[in-house]
Amino acid sequence: MTAPPPSLPDAAGHFGPYGGRFVPEALVAALDELAEAHRTSQQDPEFVAELDRLLTTYAGRPTPLTDARRLSEHVGGARVLLKREDLAHTGSHKINNVLGQALLTKRMGKKRVIAETGAGQHGVATATAAALFGFDCTVYMGEEDTRRQALNVARMRLLGAEVIPVSTGTKTLKDATNEAFRDWVANVETTHYVIGSVVGPHPFPAMVRDFQRIIGVEARQQCLDLVGRLPDAVIACVGGGSNAMGLFHPFLDDASVALVGCEAGGDGVETGRHAAPLTAGSPGVLHGARSYLMQDEDGQTQNTTSISAGLDYPGVGPEHAWLRDSGRASYRGVTDAQAMAALEVLAKKEGILCAIESAHAFAGAFQWLAEQGGDVSDLVVIINTSGRGDKDVDTAARWFGLVTPAEVAASEVVKLTEGESP
Amino acid sequence: MNPLDALFARCREENRAALIGYLPVGYPSYDGSVEAMLAMVEGGVDAVEVGVPYTDPGMDGPVIQVAVDAALRGGSRVAHVFDAVRAVSPHAATVVMGYWNPIEKYGPARFATDLKAAGGAGAITPDLIPEEAQPWVEAAYGADLAPVFLVAPSSTDERIAVVGRTSRGFVYAASTMGVTGTRSAVSDRAEELVGRTRKQTDLPVCVGLGVSDGEQAAAVARYADGVIVGSALVRAAADGPDAVRRLSEELADGVRRGRR
Repeated sequence: MTAPPPSLPDAAGHFGPYGGRFVPEALVAALDELAEAHRTSQQDPEFVAELDRLLTTYAGRPTPLTDARRLSEHVGGARVLLKREDLAHTGSHKINNVLGQALLTKRMGKKRVIAETGAGQHGVATATAAALFGFDCTVYMGEEDTRRQALNVARMRLLGAEVIPVSTGTKTLKDATNEAFRDWVANVETTHYVIGSVVGPHPFPAMVRDFQRIIGVEARQQCLDLVGRLPDAVIACVGGGSNAMGLFHPFLDDASVALVGCEAGGDGVETGRHAAPLTAGSPGVLHGARSYLMQDEDGQTQNTTSISAGLDYPGVGPEHAWLRDSGRASYRGVTDAQAMAALEVLAKKEGILCAIESAHAFAGAFQWLAEQGGDVSDLVVIINTSGRGDKDVDTAARWFGLVTPAEVAASEVVKLTEGESP
Repeated sequence: MNPLDALFARCREENRAALIGYLPVGYPSYDGSVEAMLAMVEGGVDAVEVGVPYTDPGMDGPVIQVAVDAALRGGSRVAHVFDAVRAVSPHAATVVMGYWNPIEKYGPARFATDLKAAGGAGAITPDLIPEEAQPWVEAAYGADLAPVFLVAPSSTDERIAVVGRTSRGFVYAASTMGVTGTRSAVSDRAEELVGRTRKQTDLPVCVGLGVSDGEQAAAVARYADGVIVGSALVRAAADGPDAVRRLSEELADGVRRGRR
């Protein structure tokens, strides 16, 4: 196992063969401007202090590290520590990145932000920051996802954002991203595109990672304070990969810490119906960068399947591709059924209802511990609870059959989802 | 001599801009797309851009996106692109217009070899910038194909110079900040961009994005070396080869009225 040099990416945004910029020429000037704004802001004490103030007094950082005692018993005695990004304002880690990019938007003198969103968590975070900063905000969301996540659509609109359902292609996150890029090309002089994950053209993968590193920086210190040593593994779900990259990055040089990423295995990686490019995809170019992706033999992007809208994406951040190839991190597919079972365990053992995305990390953690063999009571793992599950209660209710058909029919949420007036 | 160089030499002698038309392979069907490309040439289009359908055409507006989605659903494959080039290239200079991933997946060297063998003159790659293009540029130069890169109103003079140095055949000037599609007027920024590009390169400068009728073609032809039309022709292709031929005639008349 070799640790990658910490200086990645290079000046052009490459992580080994991955990353870079595969974009229309029209966007290059804006990407250069953004890279420069990011670089200078990191060295500007006022910027750093303002972001720190927002993260503390607005987003609620630091988030706790919860010692999950009943879950620990469930997995054979390993110490299980939960990094509680679900307790951050807006309900997920997405706010960390969005506040950073909002400050950069202000620094660049732009007054409009756009975003893509899958589960709606990044859209909600962007709409929130836009309200706080007084920006105009447009969020692109696949039509399929607006149906799966109707409550988040309502949240964004309540926050003053315009939500545009995208009905092209597969009607999910991939197509919302295409539409956001099209908006950006046309409006780049006044608009900043707040990409929500460690994906896209340089500088986005490195910049979003830098804004999400706070997760791992806090978790590492909290673990040292609580346990007196580093964890044996840090485990996170990976769609685009921002919560995982934020957790992993401060541990890259700690060779004893295993980095475990959990992709959406959908119906099972072997069925082909999944969203696990690092596990079962191949290198290619999508949405501005080279990374692993799900593609056919012609290089056409393949459809993905996952119960989790936030992981239902055919690509992944280029730094994850690099960590995979270098062997520093390992990645696995977690099926819908495994994730939902883990979600239920966490709810019943700890009283924490996590997002379905995060449930993939819990299922992956249970697998990883089982693979260590024998007595695991000496092991310490940190699982990133990247988001809370309020948005997923409807999906969970259907999955577990928690409400009767009569109750479903009477539900105003269902009526809203189906476009009727309550 | 590369067919593009021959074409622009001829247009210079005729003191007019070249007319370049785009259609994607497989829309409305494979045969229908080749018929439409040939009708375009009969109507007076000087060079054909054969589009490679792609699932995520980030630089295209709704007209082209809907057409390439339909082409993919109809089974259009990358290999069909070479068949189309083989059918069209005896009649007009033929370039491929393709997003990068299908070409990377095919293999840049293999793509260049097969495109050359089919009679192709080059390829426009709208999401590939010179900085990321080394494998493609080497393959294209080696096969005497023209790699065509883009400049945009936001490009700095330094970047325009890089695009000019790396491109062969011509430079594609995106007339506006935006995606493909018909517009009521071609952006004023196009002429300024062509002027800035000419200071950095001797290559012909062709303008695309937003040109849809003879009048707009004539206006652009007054200052550009080539006029590129896409969405309007794709829309006509839905109505069949006759509609494509009629629009091509109107556009060809336009570039001649725009004689400099």
